[in-house]
Amino acid sequence: MSDEMLNEEGNVQRTKKFMYVNRKAPYGTVYALESLEVVLIGAAFEQDVSVAFIDDGVYQLTKGQNTTDIGMKNFSPTYAALGDYEVTKIYVEKESLEKRGLTVDDLQHLVWEDEDEDYAEKDSIKVVSAEELGQIFADQDIMLNF
Amino acid sequence: MKYGIMINEGPYQHQAADTAFNFVQAALDAGHEIFRIFFYHDGVNNGTRLTTPPQDDRNVITRWSKLAEDKNIDMVICVAAAQRRGIVDEGEKDRNKKDADNIAPGFRISGLGQLIEAGIQADRLLVFGD
Repeated sequence: MSDEMLNEEGNVQRTKKFMYVNRKAPYGTVYALESLEVVLIGAAFEQDVSVAFIDDGVYQLTKGQNTTDIGMKNFSPTYAALGDYEVTKIYVEKESLEKRGLTVDDLQHLVWEDEDEDYAEKDSIKVVSAEELGQIFADQDIMLNF
Repeated sequence: MKYGIMINEGPYQHQAADTAFNFVQAALDAGHEIFRIFFYHDGVNNGTRLTTPPQDDRNVITRWSKLAEDKNIDMVICVAAAQRRGIVDEGEKDRNKKDADNIAPGFRISGLGQLIEAGIQADRLLVFGD
């Protein structure tokens, strides 16, 4: 991926770092679903994309979701497509998992294929502490919170 | 400074639209530029001209329309969020075979790419919402 792109005026522009922060449970409000829609559209713009899951947002990635009884569409399988959209940096806050009695094994196993290493399958999810995540946030150009 | 603005909550239900409006006015008064205002989630409800608040209350919608006209601000409503919530322009009305449109003057309906572009083109992208 190039670090530069042309802006409206045809001038070279640096790729920006976009961070999407998901803080809410997958159902109950529409934020999680509409956040995922932004991430998927945003992936087409060849920017430096990261996604983070904190607070109840960690529930968005849990595996085995079944929404039959609440009459909502289960959109959780879509997270598995993020790797195909070259969204490969997915951060989950350690403290948020622990507070909810979850471990990374309760989450979907999200992967991406590294073109530079003969399409080797790599883990997308990185569990990080609140402090580490704070440093990652500080490094971003654009923060979109959902 | 060139600002992009994102508004994620509906009018009256939440203060986000009021705070964003005040920010935009203050930024323009201070000589800054507003690249675009993008309405998402229930924020799309800022763009229906059918809203009728009590007469002694502010009219959030006409306030946006006047701002767009006076200052030539690009105000974009997300099409996917709008379809869920029944915000319709003439094109959407025809495309989805509805019997009416309700978009307020100064707003246009377009895709999420407009938000990403605002992030790329503006110096800062400010998000108003919960």
